[in-house]
Amino acid sequence: MAAESIPFIILSTLFINNFVFSMFLGLCPFLGVSGKLNTAWPMGVATTFVMWISSLSAYLLNRALVAANLEQLRLIAYIAVIAAAVQLVEMTMKKFSPTLFRALGIYLPLITTNCAVLGVALFQTTREYNFLQSMAFSLSAGAGFTLALLLMAGLRERLDLVSLPKIVQGSALSLLLAGLLSLSFMGFAGLGG
Amino acid sequence: MTVPTGNPLPEVPPLTMDTLLQGVWRENPTLVMMLGMCPTMAVTNSLRNALAMGLATAFVLIGSNALVSMLRKLVPGTVRIATYIVIIASFTTVVDYAIQAISLTLYGALGAFIQLIVVNCIILGRAEAYASRRPVLHSVVNAAGVGIGFTLGLVMLGGVRELLGSGSLLGVPIFGPGFQPWVIMLLPPGGFFVLGSWLLLLNWLRGRRPGASPASVPVHNHGR
Repeated sequence: MAAESIPFIILSTLFINNFVFSMFLGLCPFLGVSGKLNTAWPMGVATTFVMWISSLSAYLLNRALVAANLEQLRLIAYIAVIAAAVQLVEMTMKKFSPTLFRALGIYLPLITTNCAVLGVALFQTTREYNFLQSMAFSLSAGAGFTLALLLMAGLRERLDLVSLPKIVQGSALSLLLAGLLSLSFMGFAGLGG
Repeated sequence: MTVPTGNPLPEVPPLTMDTLLQGVWRENPTLVMMLGMCPTMAVTNSLRNALAMGLATAFVLIGSNALVSMLRKLVPGTVRIATYIVIIASFTTVVDYAIQAISLTLYGALGAFIQLIVVNCIILGRAEAYASRRPVLHSVVNAAGVGIGFTLGLVMLGGVRELLGSGSLLGVPIFGPGFQPWVIMLLPPGGFFVLGSWLLLLNWLRGRRPGASPASVPVHNHGR
């Protein structure tokens, strides 16, 4: 597995194994923040940044833990690092863009419990990616998540203009829409083999 | 006596059947609250996986809620989330190693999603909103209810997907050899479609009940 080339990893995580549509990671923010394009965009960027930081730290941490023979502490160590990274993003955003900070609301601290972030750290460990591969993996996973968020937000902004029967309003419709998007992403399945 | 969590200690209501049942149906984490969506979708391609995932999550939920409730007067308010996460991560590590010991095929099928129980928002949500302010027995009973509710949601999804996608239940063929499997149900889009259809059905049933509006479902309520 460790022999995968960088372009293959990028293509595969962006489209073929898109984190939202084929791995089912990060669904909570995906369904929660995808209502408007102008909140979906910063949310995607913030999540990508946290993914990158935590992938970097998880890579170093894993080497330290393996060296010290303490692999059973991996999960606890990873989640602590992610929580710290989210705190960092939160403080930065509060300082430089308070409007955005308020718009994202509860979903910003909840990046900690976004399984896509922990997923990146865990997958790069199980797949034994080296440093460069891990960086490519985390950045393209973030880009894939942002892409999914933007696609969904665009669709839902359009749907706001349509009158819908009562029973499909809300979560049911979002899920069916996500199903259709996921179906279209299945079209990439043959690309990477 | 002051409570370090900073939350006023509410009057503890007596332990009733509702403490348990609340999480099973009225506030079902999957079908009503829409929490913990990732494992819900990812592992429900067969009834067996769904059941195993539900039980594993329920174990972590009950264990961590009990511990959080026991420690509720010792944990300072500012570091409570970090403490809860570490408690949950410890229980998840236990489950991870336990499943690995019991069945390697199951471990392979559930994959990284066992370790991802840590970031299941249901568990942190219960710890923060319930266990941090209630006695141990209440927390355990409530957690058991939510655990059952989550397992129920997963089984409803996993059952339909396995039935349509491979024509079997728990690996036992149901429709006979002539059945053409509806493979898309096992693939990712199937998860979204089946849960969406369940929600449509429940919305419709709710709308038929007199005096209830179908839009009364909390939409994308991420509630902590």
